[in-house]
Amino acid sequence: MAGSDSSIVQFANVGLRYGTDREVLSDISFTLYPGSFYFLTGASGAGKTSMLKLLYLAQRPSRGMISMFGEDVITLPRKALPDVRRRIGVVFQDFRLVPHLSAFDNVALPLRITGMSESQIQKPVADMLEWVGLEHRMEARPETLSGGEQQRVAIARAVIARPEVLVADEPTGNVDPEMAVKLLRLFEALNRLGTTVVVATHDVHLLRKVPDSLIMRLDKGRLSDPTGALKYPPKREGNGR
Amino acid sequence: MSRAAFGDSARILQQARIAGPMPWVIAIMIALTVMAASAGLALKNVADNARDEISGGITVQIVEGAPAERDRQAERAVSYFSNRDDVASVRRVPDDELAELLEPWLGEMGASEEDGVPIPALVDVRLSGPVTSARLSEMRSELLAQAPAARLDAQASWLGPVFDAIRSLQFLAIGLIVLLTLTSAAAVWLAARSALGSNRDTIEVIHHLGGSDGQIAGIFQRSVAWDAALGGAAGLLLGLAAVFVLGQQFAGLGSGLVAGGGLGPVDWIIIGAIPVIGIVLAVITARFTVIAALRRML
Repeated sequence: MAGSDSSIVQFANVGLRYGTDREVLSDISFTLYPGSFYFLTGASGAGKTSMLKLLYLAQRPSRGMISMFGEDVITLPRKALPDVRRRIGVVFQDFRLVPHLSAFDNVALPLRITGMSESQIQKPVADMLEWVGLEHRMEARPETLSGGEQQRVAIARAVIARPEVLVADEPTGNVDPEMAVKLLRLFEALNRLGTTVVVATHDVHLLRKVPDSLIMRLDKGRLSDPTGALKYPPKREGNGR
Repeated sequence: MSRAAFGDSARILQQARIAGPMPWVIAIMIALTVMAASAGLALKNVADNARDEISGGITVQIVEGAPAERDRQAERAVSYFSNRDDVASVRRVPDDELAELLEPWLGEMGASEEDGVPIPALVDVRLSGPVTSARLSEMRSELLAQAPAARLDAQASWLGPVFDAIRSLQFLAIGLIVLLTLTSAAAVWLAARSALGSNRDTIEVIHHLGGSDGQIAGIFQRSVAWDAALGGAAGLLLGLAAVFVLGQQFAGLGSGLVAGGGLGPVDWIIIGAIPVIGIVLAVITARFTVIAALRRML
């Protein structure tokens, strides 16, 4: 299955089960369009994290088809997967910063993976840390950072390579409401630059903070579509639709 | 502010250093391999030298009780071999030299034979080529016609069991080297798996950020190479020290056979290559271990 011309991600009849247990995701079908902002909601255990794992290629589905950037990622050779992953930014629920690296080196990691030279890395990483308000904490190691600071380093690392898709798993779960709004504004700013954003959250208050967002709701592993995001392509300026 | 390249394993995966006992395990393996290889090479040199020395050698004994007749037949034997074209040298072993050779077993033999045991006359012959059974039986039949008390023996046949024993020891050394190699590879495999386990979270993050299997394996390869280099250098020094001490002790024996067991320049090059081979083996083992483990991730 190749994605339709304007889509960036397509899921078709995707199911996921771990081992021989029952499916944690069933018959998931949707299309994500470039430059859109999606919330993925649902109660704890609804399958949000499992679906995000499929989105950032940490998990293969048990059935169905997944297309990303026009490529069928199920049948894509293993050696081609890193290139696809480099087009996806991930903010993990538990941040997953590399503990012995400084904030600067954590943020620089995606650029180093792509083989950029040190001279090319310096400025964008410094700018990014300034953008998330951590220019004074560049040399700090994760264990010396507060939860909110770690969250912002994780976000900076996820967006430093200008991914086409940003996937964030409960990115505001560990920060106070004020910081949650700040982080959301960061995602919106990135979205305005053309990145497709998918934020998984169970915080219904957060959904109201981004009025133009599209909502996908997971309930016991099945997807519903309260804003029609899955049936009708979003209409946004600058997203090519 | 230090800024490391992705390839710098110490910055990306500090915990991937296979520190702790790993360099020591490699050092012990390399030291044992150096000792086994040195022993194997020395034994090979002993065998080669001895074989070269005695391959064309024949010993003729004139077993005759009457001294005058024994001397007469010994002279005939010397004359017979001297007239052959395929003989490189022939020499009757002087009685004094014989007495000296036999002294450890028979004691002081006295001035005349009447005081002791009659000793056969010995003639040492070197052929220009190896002693074959056909040449030996031809010479035996011709010599017996002139010296009926003569007994001919190829020197190589006396030392056949010694060569067999040396060959067995060489196989033992090769077997030891193979076992040590396998044990070293297994130790690196276990260490790499342990390091993978303790760095699993970081590896997953690098994986999700788009790091390839080759990049992640490269991080471990560099760590293993560094540890193997440390262990290899220490092991080589330990092994060489042991070889030097053993060499000194064997040299002190002053035996002709052992004296041929010195190590030549090629042997030293082979021994010097052991830690290098160990490093390459460790790096290859680490790469395959890590790649195999990563394949289990998506």
